[in-house]
Parts: sequence; C-alpha cells; structure tokens
Amino acid sequence: MTLEAGQPRSLEAEATNRRIRRNWLLSLPAILLLLVAASGPLLIVLVYSFLKPGDFSGVVWEPSFNAWFQILFSRDIFDDTVGLADAHLTIFWRSVRLSLSTTLITLVLGLPTAYFIATRSGRQRTFWLFLITIPFWTNLLIRTFAILEMLRNEGIVNNSLMSLGLIAEPIQILYTDTAVLIGMAYVYLPLMVLPLYAAIERLDFRLVEAGYDLYANRLQVFRKVILPIIKPGIVAGSILVFVPSLGAYVTPRVLGGGKNMMIGNFIELQFGQGRNWPLGSSLSILLLLIVMAALLFYVRASSREEPHG
Amino acid sequence: MRTSMLAMSATALLALSTQAFAAGELNIYNWGNYTNPELIKKFEKAHDVKVTVTDYDSNTTALTKIEAGGHGFDIVVPTGNYVPIYVEKGLLLESRPDQMTNFKNVSENWKDVPWDPKRHYTVPWQWGTTGVAVDTSVYGGDINTSAIFLDPPAELVGKVNVVPEMNDIINMTLFYVGGEPCTTDKTVLKKVRDVLVAAKPKWLSMDYGTTDKLSSGEYPATVNWNGSTFRARLNNPKVAYGYPKEGYPLWMDAVAILKDAKNPENAKLFQNFIMEPENAALISAFARYANGIDGSEAFMPEEMRTAPEIVTPEALKSAGQFLPTCSGESRDLYTAIWTELQK
Repeated sequence: MTLEAGQPRSLEAEATNRRIRRNWLLSLPAILLLLVAASGPLLIVLVYSFLKPGDFSGVVWEPSFNAWFQILFSRDIFDDTVGLADAHLTIFWRSVRLSLSTTLITLVLGLPTAYFIATRSGRQRTFWLFLITIPFWTNLLIRTFAILEMLRNEGIVNNSLMSLGLIAEPIQILYTDTAVLIGMAYVYLPLMVLPLYAAIERLDFRLVEAGYDLYANRLQVFRKVILPIIKPGIVAGSILVFVPSLGAYVTPRVLGGGKNMMIGNFIELQFGQGRNWPLGSSLSILLLLIVMAALLFYVRASSREEPHG
Repeated sequence: MRTSMLAMSATALLALSTQAFAAGELNIYNWGNYTNPELIKKFEKAHDVKVTVTDYDSNTTALTKIEAGGHGFDIVVPTGNYVPIYVEKGLLLESRPDQMTNFKNVSENWKDVPWDPKRHYTVPWQWGTTGVAVDTSVYGGDINTSAIFLDPPAELVGKVNVVPEMNDIINMTLFYVGGEPCTTDKTVLKKVRDVLVAAKPKWLSMDYGTTDKLSSGEYPATVNWNGSTFRARLNNPKVAYGYPKEGYPLWMDAVAILKDAKNPENAKLFQNFIMEPENAALISAFARYANGIDGSEAFMPEEMRTAPEIVTPEALKSAGQFLPTCSGESRDLYTAIWTELQK
C-alpha cells in the first residue's frame, strides 16, 4: 500500500483511497476490541510464563525461564540429573493421540452422515440438520454425565451386552482412555458433520455422473471427484474437532476418572493444587502454539493444488 | 458464558434492591454442600440479616479469589493450615472471637490452636479426619490401614478410588512409609513415589463425589472424609470407615472475617452465633462432622453421638495428625511426584 508522493493520482485512485480509509475507520472499534479482549489476556499469560511462582498462588515479579525449562526438561528430584520431562511428554502425547483419534472417528462417522443429509430433499434436510444440533441445547457437563451413566458397570451398555449374552460380567469401560474417546467423539461429532454437510451440499452431482460416464468405478469417483471438491469441508471439520479436543477438560476429567491427565487437566493442576502459575502459563502458550501449528498445516494442506490425472 | 453474566448482573441488581429492605446483609463464602440452610434461616430471623452463601471447592480456589479482591464476601471458612496464609497476607480481620460471649462454649482443646494462637481470628466450624471408606460386603478384613489404597488386598484390586487431593494423599503415604509431613528428605519421598506409582494400576479412578458413589456401591473402597462416609453409610449400611493406624490427617475448617468485609458487625454476630451449642449442632446435623463446641451433642440427633465415623476409637486417636502448610521446596517435590503419578 505504498504510494509514492508527488505522483499524479487519478480521481479513481483518490476514491479508492477514501474508501479504504473509511473501511479502516469503521472497523476500528472491532479491531480495538479484538486487541484488548483477545491479545490483552494472552499477553498477561505470556508475561506470567516468564516469572517465578509465588509461595501460595500468583507470581513473584522476577524474570525467570524456569517455567519454559520445566516443560521439556526435569531435574530428577532424587538424583538431581537433568533429563527429558518424561511425565510432561507422556501427557502431551496422550492429548495429541486422543485428539487425532477423535478427529478420525468423527470423520469416519460424519462423512456418511453428512452425505446422507445433503442428498435428502429440502424439508427432510432441515429436519436432519435440526436433529444434529439438538445436543447443543444441553450443557456439555450434563451430556458428559449422561454418557457416564451409560458406560457404568450397571449402565445401559453393559446391561444390554450382558442380556444379549455377549459378555458374562460387566467390562470396565468407564475410567479408561476408551471412555474418554467415546465421550469426545460424541461431543464433537456435530462440529464435523456441519462443515462436511456444507461442502457436500455444494457438490455438483453432474460431475459425479460425468465421472461414471468416463468409466470410473465408485471408488475412483469418490477419490478423484468427490474428495477433492469436499476437501475444504473435511479440513474445516477436522480443525473444529481437533482444536477443542486438544484442550478438552471436562470429558477426560469425568469419563477418564482423573487417573490419567490430558493437557487441560495438567494446566489446571498448576493453577490449583500445584500452585505454579508460571508453569501453567507456559503450558497454555505451548498448547496455543501446537494449535497454531496444526492450523498452519491444515491451511497449507487445503490450499495445495490437487494434481489432475 | 453469556447467560452466567446475565445471571450475575441480575443477582447484583437483586442484591442492590434487597439492601433497602433487610436491616443488613452477610455474604458467606464456604465449601459446597456444607452449610445447613436451617442454620442460615435461624440467623436471618434472629438478627434480621439477609444472608447469601457462595460455594467453593478447594482452599486454593477460595484464596485466589479473595486475594484478587472485589469479591464482596464477609466471611470465609478456610481449613486450619490455610489460616496462617490468610493472616500473613493481611486478609483477615482480627475479630477477637476469644472475647465474644459464647467463646466459653468452645471445647478446651480447640481454644488455642497452632494455626490461630488464642483464637484471635477464627471460630471452629467443623473438624474431621481423612481416612478410608470400604464396602464391607466386598472386603471384610482390617480397614484401619492406608494399605487399603496403597497396597490393596486382592478383593479390592481395581476397585479403589483415590480422591485427587494432593496434600492429603501424599501425606498419608508419607505416614505409611514412616515420614513426617512437609518433609524434604528425598530418601523418604522416593519411597512415597515408589509406593504410589506401584499402587496406581490397582486403582479404579481418582475422583471426588465419594458420598454418592459409596452409597450406590460404585466405589467399593475409597480414600474419604469421615463425615462424607457417615452420610454414605446412612444410605448404604455396608459402608465402614477406617482410621489408618500408620497415620491420618486431622483438619478443622474455621470461620474467619475478611479485612475488607462490608458487614463486619454482622459477621461478628455470626461468629458468636455459631459458638452457641444449639446452633453448632445444626451445622453438624447437616454435614455430619463434629464441631468443637461443648454441649452441642445434647442438640444432635442420636445417631451423631454414637457414629463410628465421629467417635474415634481410643487406640487410633494418637495416629491422627494436623497437617502443617507446606511451602516452597516440599511443595515443588510434592507436585513433581503428583505429576508423575497422574501422567
């Protein structure tokens, strides 16, 4: 946007400039709000991550890189040797693994669902979409406890499996990683279905027909015609599921029985009983960076041109 | 989020409007499911004061919120080992309960306590123990031991819950291996870590909500507080409470007035009010813990006076210990062990 001074400007350029200025001015309140409300708190978190923990809570205003050091490395509390922070890495890896699995499960379940809805007639479509959004009417915590009720040893799942004679005694599903995965897949499924639906709805089915006319089989049509077109929907859905899964707190806490932490629970520990706010802050920033890396990866993956063939 | 903001502003408006009607107000910040509504009603009637009770779930939550300021609370009920932190940070009003008319009712052993010498700040609310609760139909052996969760008997493997209270659990394990609370002795702490890490695969979960889950039989065994176990036993008679002979934590929650209280006079009235035996009995009748006020037993239901969860067996009395507030180095060591346990 650099304009060289002294150069004669056409009336048109003048008008464009005025319009740009007006647009900037009009969006100024929104930009200011975003800066204050979004960057402000983030800045506090960032600053806190470079301070020392206070004795009982809060921080001491002394600069320190200790919190960042603690994330990756730990001084063994017993023999004082410095090594990789095994506990922290395990927790991070569990979070990433569970979030990726959640994304994959919701994608596998969501794609046929979205396809089904998008290929119905107008009124039926509205009805099915309405059903998809119903879970959002209830608080997340209540839905999670409902899942807990179903997975319990005396819950619906175990009871029906037992009455069907498939198992002799209840299997322990609750308080395992499986329970967390079931809960997260359930909670985030609508976030996958909706963008997929939007993408499939725009799909021009004449292209599919053209594919068949050119002797492509079903798999080829799906891979070479449908998939490239709905890819933005897949990317959007995956982001919408992966990002909140990574920071999930309630679901692992309630369904996982609190035995194995995810990042969200680990951060909470630092602000609560651990009384180490700087470590909690640096972990929060790290989580943010992972999310940003994931977003960048997706953006690049979705903008890359598909080779024609 | 938006609804809660709306609800908050609505309550704020309500609070403003009620100010004009009641003679006074009192804002109490206390643990959840812990305050007898009858006690509050009685106090409101006696002193024409409108009382609002707000809940918290942990000492750290309460301390953080109060330190941040702007909370509007008059009274807080921290656990004994947190009282010195409040005092040191200058958050409490020296209300001198020891000079109040009902102070004579406080039991002799609660009149002078290490965390509040001569009771210049706080009044007893309730006190209790942290031990183990076991469903006796699942396990019939000796339950007066921390081995219930640190080395579970075969019947309880995979069925034990451990409440995620870092201090309680690590200190109980310290007692179990023969250490002192808040120790920085690494050989002892290493034993603590090894015992905990070895025990964890035999646990079912690490969660709260013990009263309900003991009642329903979902937790055949759990680390638990005595009053909560008492409430569970009333629903499920097979539940029994064990006092670990290796050592178990004692605690007392104490009523203190905040320095920036807007209604300090009403708060003082409340402190004096709950030292009246009849009123202290109301506190205990609800949450099922002992209260430290002499003569309150006379007003309590019969089952309170004889409950094995309230009356500590003579032989196990000496195993109970008040926990000091650990800070600095030992806290960091505790957190490191705790993180490794939950990784």
